[in-house]
Parts: sequence; C-alpha cells; structure tokens
Amino acid sequence: MRQRRISQAADVAEGGNTVNTAAITQVANEHAAQAAHVSAVDPFVFSFTVFVLAIIVGYHVVWTVTPALHTPLMSVTNAISSIIIVGALLAAGPVEMTLATVLGLIAVGLAAVNIFGGFMVTQRMLAMFKKRK
Amino acid sequence: MLSVNMVAMAYLLASVLIIFALKGLASPETARRGNALGMLGMGIAALVTLQMDAVQNYAWIVAAIAIGALLGGTVARKVPMTHMPQTVAFMHSLVGLAAVLIAVSAFIDPVAYGIANAEGGLYMASRIELFLGTFIGAITFTASLIAFGKLQGVLPGKPLVFGAQHLLNLVLGIVMVGAGIIFCMNEATLPFTMMLGVALVLGVLLIVPIGGADMPVIVSMLNSYSGWAAAGIGFTLGNNMLIVAGALVGSSGAILSYIMCKAMNRSLINVLLGGFGGDAVAASSTVGQVADRPVKSGAAEDAAFLISNARSVVIVPGYGLAVARAQHALKEMVDELLEQGVQVKFAIHPVAGRMPGHMNVLLAEADVPYDIVFEMDKINSEFADTDVALVIGANDVTNPSAKTDPSSPIYGMPILEVSKAEHVIVIKRSLSPGYAGLDNDLFYMDKTMMLFSDAKQACESIKQALH
Repeated sequence: MRQRRISQAADVAEGGNTVNTAAITQVANEHAAQAAHVSAVDPFVFSFTVFVLAIIVGYHVVWTVTPALHTPLMSVTNAISSIIIVGALLAAGPVEMTLATVLGLIAVGLAAVNIFGGFMVTQRMLAMFKKRK
Repeated sequence: MLSVNMVAMAYLLASVLIIFALKGLASPETARRGNALGMLGMGIAALVTLQMDAVQNYAWIVAAIAIGALLGGTVARKVPMTHMPQTVAFMHSLVGLAAVLIAVSAFIDPVAYGIANAEGGLYMASRIELFLGTFIGAITFTASLIAFGKLQGVLPGKPLVFGAQHLLNLVLGIVMVGAGIIFCMNEATLPFTMMLGVALVLGVLLIVPIGGADMPVIVSMLNSYSGWAAAGIGFTLGNNMLIVAGALVGSSGAILSYIMCKAMNRSLINVLLGGFGGDAVAASSTVGQVADRPVKSGAAEDAAFLISNARSVVIVPGYGLAVARAQHALKEMVDELLEQGVQVKFAIHPVAGRMPGHMNVLLAEADVPYDIVFEMDKINSEFADTDVALVIGANDVTNPSAKTDPSSPIYGMPILEVSKAEHVIVIKRSLSPGYAGLDNDLFYMDKTMMLFSDAKQACESIKQALH
C-alpha cells in the first residue's frame, strides 16, 4: 500500500509541471494516519512471504514423493500450474469484447486443456499402479 | 457474490487441497485420493472466480472451457505412455502461452484486474511483476515447444551448436532485461513488445543446443519454469493462491531437475550449455577397435535355462524395452517365472526412461505390480545376492567403468551394480554404444552372456523355452 501510494505520488510529481506538494502531503498524511492504527505491510511483502513459505512447503512435500510416481507428479503439477485460469477468467470477464477479453478467452481455453488433460492423464497413470495379487 | 474475504478463504482451501494432492503421491496407495483432492481444489478455485462480479462473459467462457476440456480429455485418454514426455512438454508450453496472454491482457486493460492506478495505467510494482510474468511465460512457451519437437521427433534430437551461441544468448538476455527496465519506467508499448519478442526468441535459442539425451532434465526444468510463470502472474494479480500453486510447481520441477542431473552426474549448468550427445559419432570410432574383444553369446534357450535354475532374478529394463514395445512380452515371461517359484524383482535407474519415473509408468502399464519394482538406491545392495541379472534395453546405466575408470566420461555417474550378480544376461540387438557413445565393459565379462535379439522376440522365446 505504502509503496503504491508513494509511487502514485511520484507519478503525479513527474506528470505535472509544478510539483503538487499538496497531493504528496495528503498521501503522506493518509499513510501516517493508517500507520497509527496498524503498521501496514505492503501487499507485495505479504505476497512474497506467502511465496517463500510455499516454496519451503513444496520442497518438503515433493521430496516425500516416491520416485516411482515422478511422471504422474509432473503431469499433475502441469494441471496445477494451470491455476492461472483464475487470471484468465478475470481477463475474459468483461462482457464487452475487446482485444484484452479475447486474449483472456484464449488463455481460459489453453488452461482448460491443461487442467482437464493434466488431471485425467494423471488419473489414468495412477490407475495402472497395482499391487501383487 | 461472495465477499472478498470469503473468496480469499476459498482460495486458501483450494491451496491446501493442492498441497494434499502432491502429498498423496508419496505412495501409489494414496495417490489416487490425492489426485481427486487436487481436482476438487482446482474446481473450487475456478467456481469461486466465476461467481465474482468482474466475470460476466459466461457464454464465451463456458465455450472456451468446454473446448479446452474436450481437447485435454481426448489427449489424456488417447496418448500412449511412451509419449508422456512430449505430452508433458507440450502442456508446459500451453501454461507459458496462457501466462503470456494473461500478461498482455493485463497490460492492455489493467482496469479489468483491478490493478490500475488513478490514470488507468499500472503502478510501478505491477509493471515489474508484469515484466517478470511475461518473460518467464514467453521463455517457457517457446522452449517447451522446441523440447516437444525434439521429443516427438519433429525436430532433430541432435544438439544444434554454432559459434558465439552463448554470446548471442547473453546479448539477447541483456536486451530483454533492458527493454523490461525501460517498460517499468515508462509503461510504453514498444519496450513491452520488444521484451516479449526477445523472450520468445530466447526460449528457442536456449533449447536448440541441448541433445535428446538431456531432455529429462530440460522437461523437469520447464516444469519448474511453468510454476514460476504461474507465480509471476499471481504477483501481478495479487492472488496468493496462484503464488502458492506456482511456488509448489516451481520447487517440484527444480527438485526433479536436480535428481535427473545427479543421476547423470552432470551439473545443471553443464546441461544448459548444451552440446552433449553430439560427440557420439566421434566416440563410436573407438568402439570399432574394441569390438574384437571376446564376447560370450547365447540363445534364448540358454538364457531360459540359466533363469529357471535361479532362485532370484533382477531385471534391469531400459528405454530400449519400450522402443521395442516389449513390456507386455516381458510381463508374460515374468509371470511364467513367478509361477515356477523364481523370485523376480525389477531395478530402475532414475534416467531409465525419457522423463523422471517414466519406466515405472511403462511397467505399470504392462501390469507389472509396483511392489516388485525397486529404485536404484534400494536394490543396489541386493545384486551381490542375485543369481541372474537380466538387462533388457539398458546400457550406460549398467556400465561398471562409471565406478572403476576415472578416465571414462561417465565416471562418477551412479549405476545399477549389475556386474555383482552371479550371472548376467544382456538382451541387446548388437554391441552398439549407448547414448554416451561408450563401450560397456559389462558385455565382455566372463559372467555375462549376450543374447543378440530384439527385446520383444527375446522375451517371447525365453518364455516359450521356460514352458
């Protein structure tokens, strides 16, 4: 939040011929007021925290995967990375058809290929692994 | 419409389900349930997003999902298991392309994502995130396409090496980062397009010098990239679920690359610089000289006699087995042996197939029970107590010179210690060298019997002789 506000303020400062000190002071005051309530963390820092922790979780979980299932692991992670369909849906969301919407729709289709293909082929492989009768 | 907090909680649930999907893969017994949890997580994530106010274009979205589901489902049902590496590579390219399309869409219309500033442009932080997401996605896209082409045989598997290759890549890399920095400063279309274009070219150039034998590493690495691309988009959209899923996939691919490199005793840098596998022709000239060494060869009946008198047999399958489509014939032979009371185990080297764990899937497809299939580390200590080691379609991974000859190019590579068994039978068409272009000392040992034959035919003949 803080960085965005500051960069917004900086944009204003760059854009105008005269430096709009009022805007900067206002943003700074807002921030100070917010800081008085809680020490606000930038959303990026929050996301980055999640990112680092998820890498550590991933590291530990993936080392427990049996090597015999490394191919299904790859096909299922393929499906999982297609979680970007969430971003594609937002891009495809507006009813008005623009270039951005069309690109979003194509991305929805591509991600859907991977999600269905990835999970189904994983299921097909896993069904083959049987114990001795 | 759910509140923002409800949406975030649903995304958290989806992230947890995805972690459990990966955790399930610890054993074949829990893997199917894990996969179901993964599907559930993905379903929750998609539905929660679909009900958001920003998403209104339902008819088109449902059509796009339906087409994708139809194509993906068809591929999943029809693809032969031998083609899994190229299928996975192709799917990576789709993730990369989707990431690029989303990034371009966010660049054109940041308002739709709620990441626009007061003037409808992008904040500095978003620009940096967009830059990262776009170029990782673009490199993943074209690099995976080339990997797909090489694995599918559409493109030559031989490494394409030319002078100043690495310098060119370096220059392009600098241009790409430079254009990206300019984009972050002025949010202009030209540097964005330039950065995207250079990243697409760079993806191609990075993979062309890498030979077919190194593709397991490359496919794993691209697996990792596709995860980082997803995480990059997650940062752009400020969506923690995308970041979690992307980070999981990213670390998974990185671990698999590490395992593959270690199994070949190569460093990732060494693989990425490429050119490996190109000297196979040069090396084969030395094979001509040593081909005069005495070799003991026998017929299928001799092999059957040895095996049927053994208490324990360890089978070492290589990719040659799959090329000869011999898995099912092998399985029938194994059934016959099990019926006669012979203890049979399979030994799998990490790079036995064309991707991590590939050989396990190929054996599972042929109905070989997974509890008689063992990893290299688990079975190596058992070779000394094994009566017969049967090598089918494998070569370099059994070469004792990797342990004994410091001058060998594969010295230090972990191998299956087949030569410790009482008897060794090698089924192979000829004495031709393997991928590394090396002669295999195993073939010339006193205890080794070569059975020169096609793998499928050999398995069928042995089975008949056993009967």
